[in-house]
Amino acid sequence: MTVNDISAKIKAKLICGSMDKEWNGVYVGDLLSRAMSHVEADNLWITIMPNTNTVAVASLTEAAAVILAEDVELPDEAIEAANTNGITVLTSPLSAYELCVSLNDLASGSAV
Amino acid sequence: MSDAVKFHFEVDGSDFSSAGAASVMVKKKLRQLGYPPDIIRKVSIAMYEGEINMVIHANGGTADVEVSDEEIVITLSDRGPGIPNVELAMQEGYSTARENIRNLGFGAGMGLPNMKKYTDSMKIDTVVGEGTTITMTVKL
Ligand SMILES: Nc1ncnc2c1ncn2[C@@H]1O[C@H](COP(=O)(O)OP(=O)(O)OP(=O)(O)O)[C@@H](O)[C@H]1O
Ligand SMILES: [Mg+2]
Repeated sequence: MTVNDISAKIKAKLICGSMDKEWNGVYVGDLLSRAMSHVEADNLWITIMPNTNTVAVASLTEAAAVILAEDVELPDEAIEAANTNGITVLTSPLSAYELCVSLNDLASGSAV
Repeated sequence: MSDAVKFHFEVDGSDFSSAGAASVMVKKKLRQLGYPPDIIRKVSIAMYEGEINMVIHANGGTADVEVSDEEIVITLSDRGPGIPNVELAMQEGYSTARENIRNLGFGAGMGLPNMKKYTDSMKIDTVVGEGTTITMTVKL
């Protein structure tokens, strides 16, 4: 399943990067050194922590995409860093919990 | 590969926003050199945490990475305040990070524990008032 396959359902807007990324698994959290050891390659990482350090962690963990919850926006310098490192970032009005429910529905094929 | 590959970085302690740049660079290089994903993951996590610690706790420092046939050795050296109680600092959840730093997502107190967990050996040489040198090895 690609990021493109989920973006409409989670009402996400692409901030930077590509929607073609394949994803598998989800991590939720804002503490960087917890995310660093728990985000696995190709995961979606849901957070409300929007800065260049988020981008560095996404890059090092090879996350498929960062999804910013609650309409959080990414500052310009972080967008620049994300573009340089080819990181996909989306923002969604949904909360982290609502995002997880929607993603679970999509992944298990029960989405309406 | 017979000759050791070496990287050296000056880590700027004044700019929290570019923190992690050396680790991102090393990861790219290791990828180009064709190292397996699990090795790259270990080195990335350990080096990132050490690099960030130098930026947020020690005003910057230097990072050296040496890759040989058997192992990858990461050496992080700073002239910061030193760590008064290493045993305490190594505990999960222990952090002296201040509010402005916590607001950026740091301060979980998981950096040093991650560095230990994801490397095969880790040595901390620290003197209060002089600085800290951390040497970590990942076996290939
Ligand atoms: N290079 C260093 N110089 C001085 N003190 C350090 C250094 N590295 C770590 N410390 C001390 O050890 C504590 C624990 O470090 P650790 O990396 O585990 O957590 P943290 O940096 O506070 O938070 P996190 O890494 O989870 O964002 C720090 O809060 C700090 O007091
Ligand atoms: Mg730390």
